[in-house]
Amino acid sequence: MKAKIYIKYKEGILDPQGTVTNKALKSIDIKGIESIGIGKYIEMEFDKNISKGDAKKIAEESCKKMLANPNTETYSYILED
Amino acid sequence: MKFAVIVFPGSNCDHDAYYALKNIGFDVEFVWHRNTSSLSNFDGIFIPGGFSYGDYLRTGAIAKFSPVMKSIKEESKKGKIIIGVCNGFQILVESDLLPGSLINNKNIKFLSKQVKLKVKTVNSIFTKNIEKEYLEMPIAHKQGNYIADSDTLQTLKDNDQILFEYDINPNGSMLNIAGITNKKRNILGMMPHPERASNSLLGSEDGNYIFESLIKNYV
Repeated sequence: MKAKIYIKYKEGILDPQGTVTNKALKSIDIKGIESIGIGKYIEMEFDKNISKGDAKKIAEESCKKMLANPNTETYSYILED
Repeated sequence: MKFAVIVFPGSNCDHDAYYALKNIGFDVEFVWHRNTSSLSNFDGIFIPGGFSYGDYLRTGAIAKFSPVMKSIKEESKKGKIIIGVCNGFQILVESDLLPGSLINNKNIKFLSKQVKLKVKTVNSIFTKNIEKEYLEMPIAHKQGNYIADSDTLQTLKDNDQILFEYDINPNGSMLNIAGITNKKRNILGMMPHPERASNSLLGSEDGNYIFESLIKNYV
């Protein structure tokens, strides 16, 4: 069981990396992109005996307590077998 | 008055802090971050700058779970003096000992330069005896851009909790915030480095005003 965790800045939080990357893509003539947000991607591999329900709890607690800063970031995750 | 300078893996201003505090007349001792014993025998706690845990995940995000932080939280409740500079400030906001967050500088650059700070209020033990309107000291950070929601910013203003403002905003911080205190006014968090401005050989001695104010007014 694995969790794929995505962390991104909340709306309105300055994301200079995203802004600069968007501008750079425009500069090489890649068109049609409205905006780019750059966040973090974390893969969490669980112990073999962990159930899906427990994996969800562990991922949730990890995000809440450490992986994301609730003031500036939001998180989401997908559980995969 | 006896200060503990907390040392994390990756702290790099711990010796500067030790020197600056000792120089003013404090007794100083280093305390390793894995220390689990009480810090009640200290009168002040200094969380220095650096890159605790390599700034992995987010600045301060892992350091806030170091064993020593439990004792620091306990002491903060008792009203003990706590100073967090640069990475120390980042650890204090991550630990919710100070409000707001510190995110990437507006221009994403690591900024290392001398800045001018406006002393916004003398209504704190850290600034009480500062007669100068401006202090000069260095900044050295990439995540020093202070942000908070509008209610928090209003509270900071209403309670006179903003102690230092940048004269020229280098990093995008809201309200030009360079340093704040908590509601109880026993905790100081600031991005600029007073400990690195503690001797004329370092280009400025202005940081000493903060430590002098503290030693004069500590009861």
